[in-house]
Amino acid sequence: MQTHETNAIQVTDLTVAYRETPVLWDIDLDVPPGVLLAIVGPNGAGKTTLIKAILGLVRPAAGNVLIYNKPYDAQRRIVGYVPQRGSVDWDFPTNVLDVVMMGRYGALGWIKRPGKHDRELAMHALEKVGMEKYTNRQISQLSGGQQQRVFLARALVQDAIVYLMDEPFQGVDATTERAIVTLLQELRANGKTVVVVHHDLQTVTDYFDWVTLLNIRRIASGPVDDTFTPDNLRETYGGRVAFMKNR
Amino acid sequence: MIQDHLDIILNHLDIILIAIVTASACALPGVFLVLRRMTLMSDAISHAILPGIVLAFFLTHNISSPLLILAATATGVLTVVFVELLQKTKLVKEDAAIGLTFPALFSIGVILISRYAGNMHLDTDAVLLGELAHAPLNILKIYGYELGPVSIYVMGGMLVLNLAFILIFYKELKLATFDASLAATLGFAPTLIHYGLMTLVSMTTVGAFDAVGSILVVALIAGPPATAYLMTDSLARMLILSVVIGCVNAVSGYLLAYVFDVSIAGTIATMTFLVFGLIFMIVPNRGLIAIARRHIRQKWEFAQTMLVIHLFNHEGLPEAHEESEIEHLHEHLQWEPTFATRVVKQALNNRYVSQEATQLMLTDRGRSIAQRALVQ
Repeated sequence: MQTHETNAIQVTDLTVAYRETPVLWDIDLDVPPGVLLAIVGPNGAGKTTLIKAILGLVRPAAGNVLIYNKPYDAQRRIVGYVPQRGSVDWDFPTNVLDVVMMGRYGALGWIKRPGKHDRELAMHALEKVGMEKYTNRQISQLSGGQQQRVFLARALVQDAIVYLMDEPFQGVDATTERAIVTLLQELRANGKTVVVVHHDLQTVTDYFDWVTLLNIRRIASGPVDDTFTPDNLRETYGGRVAFMKNR
Repeated sequence: MIQDHLDIILNHLDIILIAIVTASACALPGVFLVLRRMTLMSDAISHAILPGIVLAFFLTHNISSPLLILAATATGVLTVVFVELLQKTKLVKEDAAIGLTFPALFSIGVILISRYAGNMHLDTDAVLLGELAHAPLNILKIYGYELGPVSIYVMGGMLVLNLAFILIFYKELKLATFDASLAATLGFAPTLIHYGLMTLVSMTTVGAFDAVGSILVVALIAGPPATAYLMTDSLARMLILSVVIGCVNAVSGYLLAYVFDVSIAGTIATMTFLVFGLIFMIVPNRGLIAIARRHIRQKWEFAQTMLVIHLFNHEGLPEAHEESEIEHLHEHLQWEPTFATRVVKQALNNRYVSQEATQLMLTDRGRSIAQRALVQ
């Protein structure tokens, strides 16, 4: 692929295993800057693990990950992360603004407390996701779609260059889904690289311009038009994609 | 004579002060244990530190040696490590891992005491229940000056340490508790924060254990934060409330023990439960009483909505006259007559309907409620 250009994310020979069972087998993945990329694959394909390995949250058995040619540790500040909504306890005693401000903690570093400037950035991010009216709302009182918007706002205040999102469309209503798509496309228009774990094959071509097909191995990766083909999908899902025949 | 009375009061002040300081020191880290769903870990730690205390006692032959605190704290942290190692094998779940680890460590301590230290201050009753009443008798002496009970200094020190840790690392603790993976990706080392917190819990437990025993330590760590959790949606307020509730429990428990001449540890633990129960009942919005009242209110509101929809559906139609006859409403709606009478009365009070002779007529307000309910 485009090796002459600096890749936003470059994964080489990445293997992740839980004990001796591989979850990801020798993954090579180049993500050029400024693309909106969907990672798709069946359940248990290792999509979340791939994102976690890129973020250094799981230790690989082999292989290497570079963000703009440097290891993750050196690039934390330019990487924004949206974990799965279900990964946190929404009964935690805090409000919407406070959760969004957590996105500023990385820039603040240890001990230093968020101030007025961070509050303004958080408010701005909440406006971007249409949640400015919910600033002081206790987080347990949010709907699924609102929780997802709060998580997105939290990633936005990180002001990152590369965004990794784990199923941001999981369990959200149609309005929120459209709002999120608009936001993702806006990020790409501003030159950001956005990697999204995605479940809905029907919307891949509408929402994304790049796609990675994953099933423990990397089946294919590249621009949607060349990569999102019935053959590749069959290889990824093992013939369980009947709807694709109409294409 | 007067001097005697004064001494008694002063002794009580000592005990009350020890109780307050201990309760506050325990409640602070307890908040994070409750939020991390790790309160059982405090139970484990409070028991598992015993072998550390016994072994250090054998080395120093001094029950108030600082080495005891160090050794016990290390055993406490070791407990956490053991539990997590067991859990990581994925062959044992967390609760079972805790249930396996701490009795093993505790029993080592019990065996050591019964074999080698049968006639000394360390007896298992005191370990389990403590004796707050004796805590002030252990006076700190430096160069012959009496500086007050050792417990106040030990627990006062723990209170300051816990408070400082939480104030300095408030943001980090909050993030690592709410979303450990984001904390990790932002470079905040959640594992380090976790073990820092666990070290403090161990130290607090060790310090408190001499004064109040291992069972009461758990009540002080878990009870007030669990109560405060019901009362607020803010972490900062939860911390403050936990300390206040801990102090209320400790003081009221002590007074109860004094009045009825029973075990102080027992009454404080009882008060912890009673105060939790009371808050659980009466707290606005999410307490049992509030929930019950909401259910009742919703039941009547829904019945009134059904009534206005019934009237609305037949309004202006030939059968409207028959359908809005008050005496026959319960037959149409298949309601108990008394229930129907009450709903009609409420709907009249709320001006959803008006009564004309024996007929119920929709008001504008009632009509708009029916329309809104039907649109949803």
